[in-house]
Amino acid sequence: MSALAQVAGDPTLDPPAAAPEVKRRSWTAYVLMLPGVLWLCVFFLLPLVQLASVSLQSRYPGFPGYYYRDLNFSNYASALTDYAPHFARSFLYAGLATFLAFAVAYPLAYAMAFKAGRWRNFMMICVIAPFFTSFILRTFAWSQILADEGWVAGVLNFLHLLPNGHIINTPIAVVAGLTYNFLPFMVLPIYASLERADPRVIEAGGDLYANGFTTFRTVTLPISMPGVLAGTLLTFIPAAGDFVNMELLGPQRGKMIGNVINDQFLAVPGGYPVAAALSFTLMAAILVLVFLYVRRFGTEDLV
Amino acid sequence: MAGFREARGDLRLDAVTKTFGDFTAVDGIDLQVPRGSFFALLGPSGCGKTTTLRMIAGLEQPTAGRVLIGDTDLTGSRPYERPVNTVFQSYALFPHLTIRDNVAFGPKRRRAADADEKADDALNLVQMAGFAARKPAQLSGGQQQRVALARALVNHPEVLLLDEPLGALDLKLRREMQVELKRIQTEVGLTFIHVTHDQEEAMTMADTVAVMNRGRIEQLGAPEELYDLPRTRFVADFLGQANTGVGTIKDVEGDHLVVNVLGTPVKILKSRSQVHEGDVLFGVRPEKVTVSRTRPEGAGNDVRGVVRDVSFLGVATSYLVDMPSGATWSCYEQNLDVEPLDLRPGDEVWLTWNPGHAFGVPAEEPA
Repeated sequence: MSALAQVAGDPTLDPPAAAPEVKRRSWTAYVLMLPGVLWLCVFFLLPLVQLASVSLQSRYPGFPGYYYRDLNFSNYASALTDYAPHFARSFLYAGLATFLAFAVAYPLAYAMAFKAGRWRNFMMICVIAPFFTSFILRTFAWSQILADEGWVAGVLNFLHLLPNGHIINTPIAVVAGLTYNFLPFMVLPIYASLERADPRVIEAGGDLYANGFTTFRTVTLPISMPGVLAGTLLTFIPAAGDFVNMELLGPQRGKMIGNVINDQFLAVPGGYPVAAALSFTLMAAILVLVFLYVRRFGTEDLV
Repeated sequence: MAGFREARGDLRLDAVTKTFGDFTAVDGIDLQVPRGSFFALLGPSGCGKTTTLRMIAGLEQPTAGRVLIGDTDLTGSRPYERPVNTVFQSYALFPHLTIRDNVAFGPKRRRAADADEKADDALNLVQMAGFAARKPAQLSGGQQQRVALARALVNHPEVLLLDEPLGALDLKLRREMQVELKRIQTEVGLTFIHVTHDQEEAMTMADTVAVMNRGRIEQLGAPEELYDLPRTRFVADFLGQANTGVGTIKDVEGDHLVVNVLGTPVKILKSRSQVHEGDVLFGVRPEKVTVSRTRPEGAGNDVRGVVRDVSFLGVATSYLVDMPSGATWSCYEQNLDVEPLDLRPGDEVWLTWNPGHAFGVPAEEPA
């Protein structure tokens, strides 16, 4: 575009007919971008600015729920000092859930891509089917599945594998719920990258003296890394900020950061600035983690 | 490297059959490819040539029969256990590895200490040394093709398999690579098995060509031999052009058969016909037919026709001539004379040929 504009500005090269066409083409691009840009401005950028402003406000002493505009960084200080364990717990549970989802999703995606044959579409439907019910309902269903009277707890108790007899209202239930809820986001990108892989490339591994496992380690897995990267991000980021699983499946104490933000916004009078500061801190922390992760494992093309 | 089998010698296929469900892709092929030769498997798509190649590579296992190199039976062994490497049709380079790592992949799997040097040598051989640090996506099709070749050659396999390696290249590059492949084969002296549907490619490069059709080898021999004396109708049609006509053998005159092709008597040398009685498909190659304005003296085979089309090709002129039988023959005349024939569509001409150049094959394809 800029190169074209330069050419158009050069009197010796200026083709008079070309200039209007260049202009029209650039307009098309802006018109096409307009709805998206407007949407982001109104529903993302403005609320973000608003949130940033709230995160720095101070309370009127004696009037809970009333704030004035300020540059009160103590909100951030208390977010970091009072709720550091909640952040740590969130990242730990989200990390565990991401790892477990990967461990379940990779073999599943591999089977779908290479072994399923005519069952492939059926398996795909099974992976997507949970999306037809609401997230909350599915998590409620898990609270039934993991309940003390349920067969999961029953079997585990029978085998004496549960130290205190419960699985519901424990961190295990939370991680299990997170793993389940975000599993499709892990399966689909991995499946997409495996399915797109040229089977000849994988055969070439065997042809060049790599046995099945070595071919997987040196060819198949690296080829599917963009999918793995996308899947882990799509799982880890929402899982780190999730509060529903902790709310419905987790213990009373030892909440995740999403629950704290939720409570500060909805339950604690005058909690808005702290909630906003916590939200910003969470966002920044996730950005840093993701940046480090992509720097370490990233490939040139995501997905 | 457990299970790797050293094997030296000729490649042998022993009654190899491959079926997929109730479809027979390869139907009892026997084949012996001498060590160090350039061998082409030629045939239309779906004839079983790629399946045959994949069975040699170990990527498919035969339903019946054996695959051997020298005295070593490789049937049932895995691809990574065989001293065989493949240049895949779509090159199948590892997209996540650099060119050098792609080529060094094989030597590294075999725990070669000097894998990188070997890779660089192989890249030199295909004139791609300057690209070692790049990724496959940064190369053109022709360059990827060379890398794929280097990646296979670097292992010094006993047999190198090439699956339509030039199929994706444009005509000019394809010609260059044909010469290049032949040069490399001569230089390294390995057995090359080249699968292609391009008859010209097979004939230019290979010492021996096997023409495959419907899972069987129709005919096997040197390119000149296949072209000059096809033994089946399929080979006659698939390799080059042929003017053909179905006729009935009427008589024997000394060494010759006299065939009645739709009312025109023509002669074929007995030794050049696969059938000696009943129906026969008579054929003669376009460049063996002479076009003249007047009836030549005593040539024996001559037919009068009407010129339909004349195309000047530079080195030769191609004529399409309508025959009394209703068929259209094609003839090439080299442009040797100072004064050309100057024929126009609609002119009457005589076509003649030496009976020694005609051939006869069974009129019906065996079911």
